Amino acid sequence: MATALETVQEYTGHEYKYGFYTDIEAEYAPKGLDEGIIRFISAKKQEPAWLTEWRLDAYRRFQAMEQPDWQKPEVGIIDLQAISYYAAPVQKEKPKSLDEIDPEIRRTYEKLGIPIEEQKLLSGVAVDYVFDSVSVATTFKEKLKELGIVFCSISEAVQEHPELVRKYLGSVVPQGDNYFAALNSAVFTDGSFVYVPKGVRCPMELSTYFRINAAGTGQFERTLIIADEGSYVSYLEGCTAPQRDEHQLHAAVVELVTLDDAEIKYSTVQNWYPGDHEGRGGVYNFVTKRGLCRGKRSKISWTQVETGSAITWKYPSCVLQGDDSIGEFYSVAVTNNKQQADTGTKMTHIGKNTRSRIVSKGISAGRGDQTYRGLVRVLKSAEGARNHTQCDSMLIGDQCGAHTVPYIEVKNPSAKVEHEATTSKISEDQLFYCRARGVSEEDAVALVVNGFCREVMDELPMEFAVEARKLLGISLEGSVG
Amino acid sequence: MLKIENLHAEIEDVDEGEILKGLDLEVRPGEVHAIMGPNGSGKSTLAYILAGRDGYEVTEGSVTFEGEDLLEMEPEERAAAGLFLAFQYPIEIPGVANMYFLRTALNAIKKARGEPEVDAASFMRLLRAQAEIVGVRPDLLKREVNFGFSGGEKKRNEILQMAVLQPKLAILDETDSGLDIDALRTVADGVNQLRSPERGIVVITHYQRLLDYIVPDHVHVLVSGQIIRSGGKELAIELEEKGYADVLARAGVSLPEGALHAAG
Repeated sequence: MATALETVQEYTGHEYKYGFYTDIEAEYAPKGLDEGIIRFISAKKQEPAWLTEWRLDAYRRFQAMEQPDWQKPEVGIIDLQAISYYAAPVQKEKPKSLDEIDPEIRRTYEKLGIPIEEQKLLSGVAVDYVFDSVSVATTFKEKLKELGIVFCSISEAVQEHPELVRKYLGSVVPQGDNYFAALNSAVFTDGSFVYVPKGVRCPMELSTYFRINAAGTGQFERTLIIADEGSYVSYLEGCTAPQRDEHQLHAAVVELVTLDDAEIKYSTVQNWYPGDHEGRGGVYNFVTKRGLCRGKRSKISWTQVETGSAITWKYPSCVLQGDDSIGEFYSVAVTNNKQQADTGTKMTHIGKNTRSRIVSKGISAGRGDQTYRGLVRVLKSAEGARNHTQCDSMLIGDQCGAHTVPYIEVKNPSAKVEHEATTSKISEDQLFYCRARGVSEEDAVALVVNGFCREVMDELPMEFAVEARKLLGISLEGSVG
Repeated sequence: MLKIENLHAEIEDVDEGEILKGLDLEVRPGEVHAIMGPNGSGKSTLAYILAGRDGYEVTEGSVTFEGEDLLEMEPEERAAAGLFLAFQYPIEIPGVANMYFLRTALNAIKKARGEPEVDAASFMRLLRAQAEIVGVRPDLLKREVNFGFSGGEKKRNEILQMAVLQPKLAILDETDSGLDIDALRTVADGVNQLRSPERGIVVITHYQRLLDYIVPDHVHVLVSGQIIRSGGKELAIELEEKGYADVLARAGVSLPEGALHAAG
């Protein structure tokens, strides 16, 4: 009879389902990074002069920085000159309607299970499709427009809503914030833009689906979401990439801004190619995500299910500036085979009576290794701030690792900060109990792990929770993922 | 339906010798068998080996279930074939709703048998009906599997699972342990509801008192890995009155000191 460990090893044979490559005519920038490339990208996108300058400013800051090395996963110095910073499917003209999209691209998304046709989509979800460096389609635009909601690619927003982009771009993650954010600010090519006007509750989930297709490129997208006073929006991003032997760099920046009484719920289901059993290939997911609760009583909630990538290195964070604002972070991270993750969050309490809640569930299998790294900072001004952090790790097998590194900085004596952490191994008893009731060993692993993650899964929008549960099962098949 | 012949077994990787030393037992449809014995006699080992738990090695003998070699089957295959073990210590699965777990189990078994799966609505009807029969409160269905359940709730939950899965052969491993008299009665009522001419039931117990409520057709005394005496329900009463010592002495078996005390 197989033990849980053997099962896990057996399942490591699982193949990455989205590893195919679409053969499509693409336009590349020459490899390498210099001011010329940045001007090239900016010109390609017909950007206004201020934005070109903004990029160049970021590039100058970037040049003065070095790749950080404080994280647990060993990254090595990434040769940024070996990357092409712009790859875009050749389109004669921008498609005027969804029907005009290149059939190859259309087929790609169909294979990924997210067809570019409104009627075929999950009801109530509008999607922006980002293919390599550019957005290729956005659905339900017209319907959203009626409510005054802007949902488009950021390139389009630069052209059509320059005042909003100029006001908020870099207002949460400044150009010089960190090495990868500075790089992104210099070379970002596309991403999504959302603006929800005052008092509007966005009636559908907004979603972006990122796909890295071309070889030798990185994806540097930029997402900016602004929820004006009293508005609400729920946003989901999903991602996949073809299976390749070299590592691919994904260095995105996501900025969220909520004004008074507004709420943004941001969910991620990340399924980048994780590399093979020996750690060859796979995406480096180095992303800066930060939300600013600028307004009073505003709320930002991050939910992430991270199953892919060779290395995940990110800390979706909240800056709680407005009084009584709320920040939440719910995370499930799975590492299998030789995947590594160093993830967590930062909650910065500035306003009075600000509250934050962190629930992190890490599952390590195979030779996976992961670290929860979190910072809870209560500034002097944050009278009555409260935080509750819960970090649970589950180990499957005996070759994986889990680490918890919480940092807590409190400058206001009225603050209450709580931290709980547990580490457990998936138990043979639990698996046997399920099997004795007729559930196969692989389903038993998925069942127990889903139970372990339930608090986080419950936070996902309904439409995606089912998918995410399946994905967890599959990831655990492949290295318990 | 269940035929155990000359079963010898030991715990894997532990040099403690055999736990079961040539055990024979046959259960036919409709029969209720009670296996009684002092601590360490091999009762739970027998239950676990029948359900297919890891960590035991069968060194000799055979077990067939409806003519199939049971020992060759994975635990989930045994469940699909109609075998059910009510655990002495039911396992907690945090985060998994009791009813979701049970539906997953039922559908896994149905799938393995090539039967259509049960949709959520019909399952809820089935579950509610069975919960009422075995005396499980509706709120228990929504809670996480065995998580934070009292001892009695856990045991009742096992009986509920049995009622939903409708096994051909149910093995109840010390289902009475840790129950007060009221809980014992509810659990026994639940089991009695499931008695049928098609179903075999094996009740493993330490004490006779459960057998006041679940009246067995056959009683076996298991000592040191062997059944030393078998009889009808009156054997249980004799055990209760005279204690294991007398039965053992008559069978010519002596036990290490302390074992009898534990046998109560």
